[in-house]
Amino acid sequence: MTSTSWAYSSNYLVYAAMIVYTLAMISAALEVAINVKGAKVLVTTSGESAPPADDSKSERWGRIAIALTSLAFALHFAGVIARGISAHRVPWGNMYEFSTTGSVAVTGMFLLLLRRHSLRWLTLVVTFAVLMTLGTAITLLYVPTAPLVPALKSTWLVIHVSAAVISGGVFLLANAVAGAYLYLDRVESRGPRPAWALKIPSLEALDRLCYRLVAFVFPLWTFAVIAGAIWAESAWGRYWGWDPKETWAFITWVAYAAYLHARATAGWKGRRAAWLCLLAGSSFLFNYVYVNVWGSGKHTYSGL
Amino acid sequence: MSEITPVDLGGVGGLRWFWRQLTSMKTALILLMLLAVASIPGSLLPQRNQNPIAVNEYVLTHVGAAKWLERLSLFNVYGSPWFSAIYILLFISLIGCVIPRMLIHIRALSARPPKTPQNLDRLTFPRSAQSAAQPDEILDHAQEWFKKHHFRWERESDAVSAEKGYLRESGNVLFHLSLILFLVAMGVAAGYGAKGEAIDVEGDTFMNSATSYDNLTNGSKFDLRKLAPFTLKIDRFVPTYDLATGAPIDYKLYATARESNGAPRRELIQVNHPLSFGSTNIYLQANGYAPVVTVRDGAGNIVMNGPVVFLPQDANLTSTGAIKLPDATPTQLGFIGTFLPTAMMDKVRGGFSTFPDAVEPRLLLSAWTGDLGLDRGIPQSVYRLDTTKMTRIGLKQLSVGESWTLPEGVGSITFQGWVRWVNLQVVRDPGKEVALVGSVLAILGLLATLFVKRRRLWVRARRDEDGATVISIAGLTRQEYEGFEAEMNDFWNALTAEGEVR
Repeated sequence: MTSTSWAYSSNYLVYAAMIVYTLAMISAALEVAINVKGAKVLVTTSGESAPPADDSKSERWGRIAIALTSLAFALHFAGVIARGISAHRVPWGNMYEFSTTGSVAVTGMFLLLLRRHSLRWLTLVVTFAVLMTLGTAITLLYVPTAPLVPALKSTWLVIHVSAAVISGGVFLLANAVAGAYLYLDRVESRGPRPAWALKIPSLEALDRLCYRLVAFVFPLWTFAVIAGAIWAESAWGRYWGWDPKETWAFITWVAYAAYLHARATAGWKGRRAAWLCLLAGSSFLFNYVYVNVWGSGKHTYSGL
Repeated sequence: MSEITPVDLGGVGGLRWFWRQLTSMKTALILLMLLAVASIPGSLLPQRNQNPIAVNEYVLTHVGAAKWLERLSLFNVYGSPWFSAIYILLFISLIGCVIPRMLIHIRALSARPPKTPQNLDRLTFPRSAQSAAQPDEILDHAQEWFKKHHFRWERESDAVSAEKGYLRESGNVLFHLSLILFLVAMGVAAGYGAKGEAIDVEGDTFMNSATSYDNLTNGSKFDLRKLAPFTLKIDRFVPTYDLATGAPIDYKLYATARESNGAPRRELIQVNHPLSFGSTNIYLQANGYAPVVTVRDGAGNIVMNGPVVFLPQDANLTSTGAIKLPDATPTQLGFIGTFLPTAMMDKVRGGFSTFPDAVEPRLLLSAWTGDLGLDRGIPQSVYRLDTTKMTRIGLKQLSVGESWTLPEGVGSITFQGWVRWVNLQVVRDPGKEVALVGSVLAILGLLATLFVKRRRLWVRARRDEDGATVISIAGLTRQEYEGFEAEMNDFWNALTAEGEVR
């Protein structure tokens, strides 16, 4: 196939992935909806708070959602690979590609971590977020494949960006968990959990899950920043220059370091830790969106 | 990390109280968050050491605010007193934290596992059962298991106490020490480093001495006479552009390098591939065009013959610059020029370039006579003409080889052609290897401290009143250790294998 037909295939694969993500999102929504409905029926008949009634049905939709998410991931991943083949390089050279690759990392890490942690309740959030990202990417950020600018021609592009993208995927998942913690914490302070939230793990488990995700990926993020510094040394003559991107990477690093310290040493669990995690994750997101699109500095490769 | 008890603040007591405050975890956390917050303004406001031009523009457009921003060092956040104060306090706090921890850990490394507690039931995953085996046999089994799984163990009369995961604290200490190493590296760079930039056109030879630089900053401890002795002749700069989009694909700088008395050698410098002379690296940064012109004055003397560096204004390298001829007679001459590598004319936009490579080069000039203002002693940009005391005498567009005879008999200018220029950045950072070692150690330390779990395991085997052997085990960990239960099960199964449990 020619470069152009690879590029077209990539676009079709991304579109197909979006369709399957949508179906996955609907299935995940059905899982929640059936829980809510089942619980309502029970409450009206027996008057007591009860476990979700039609568990098997809702369970089935939950599984279907995961199966569809996996399929969407496969399509999405193939789309990213095809884009790379069409450009003869790693598929992260501009904002469109950062978004498609970044969101495939989110789904990928979600599916991977799902094997060890109880994360299925996040399917709705993950598919929605990925769908939004892909939608934005394909409508607002799309640029045709093009060769890399000279500054990006380096092996470090592969190492630095892939580490950063994977870290970002996990940070965003941790953010979703921390967000869920804070929300459910407020809900539970007023009374028992509503039916739709019964399948979400307990607050304590969410708190632990969030910590595990961050602790798992923090060394990788450290590595991503250091790999970036090594690259900066060979490209710009200094390993650290307080370029806006570097500054925000540093802020993210410091904020997560504070989270880990707070959690491990100072014994800050629960609400305060969740806020810290959310703050750190937001600085990552800010770095990605603001600095790439509107920021100045040396990291302006968005192609916009 | 210690509790704060503000009692009886005498002189020494006060100091001690202050020290405890500073090295407490809460303070460290606050300082850490403060450091993150303090970094923000530097990413939103232009910074002098990164983009001095943007700072000057900001100052001109926000006169009132700029005065205050300047007073608060907000155009130089990362070198400001308040930013320094935060990280210095943070590092003092860190040192105050990590040194005692290191000493405790060193002692702990040679210590034996703690004595088996009397009541194992109160610990994590306690289990107990009767066994047909002799107590000593069980304890031997346990010892074997601990040995196989690299525990540190201590045999007691009726129990074995074991501990594992010391590497966690080693990693913790290593991580924090390597951060200090990193700070040292930055200090070395600040004291012994030097960084300079020079613009050279093709054909020029750059000589590494202080006077060759357009700007040069050096650490207080670095002697400028000790700049690495080398020369670099800029032979040719070859850019490659995407024909469809004009985006740059590749930049290649061919140069001839020569160290003090060595033989010349051909070198290729690329964006991600600097040239090294010991701890000095030469980086290829920006590039652009320098039109070559010959200017004669009214008397017919050649007052200028050579390339003039123009600065690129857009991605297609529309470049602007100034040609100043203070020695021209009868009047000083000046030109404001625009160089278009691939020229296109438009009624709205005027002349502009449509492609970065020189396909259809044109030089647009406006000629000025009068006082260039160079004698007033005020530094001027070489790229801009100060026209306050000058009058414009004409406009002209030139192709390569064309000449323009200026009106009023003040002279002529010939557009001979063009060469390219490169901006070389010469950096000496003797601290960067230290920084690299620091960061590698930091990652190793981090991995150990986040993934190694420290835990204690105990087993007790003794006879009860009836003479039967009773095995009890229990564990203890202060970390979130998911696999602990599995490990305890594994241990239990090893002890109670071979059908010994009754």
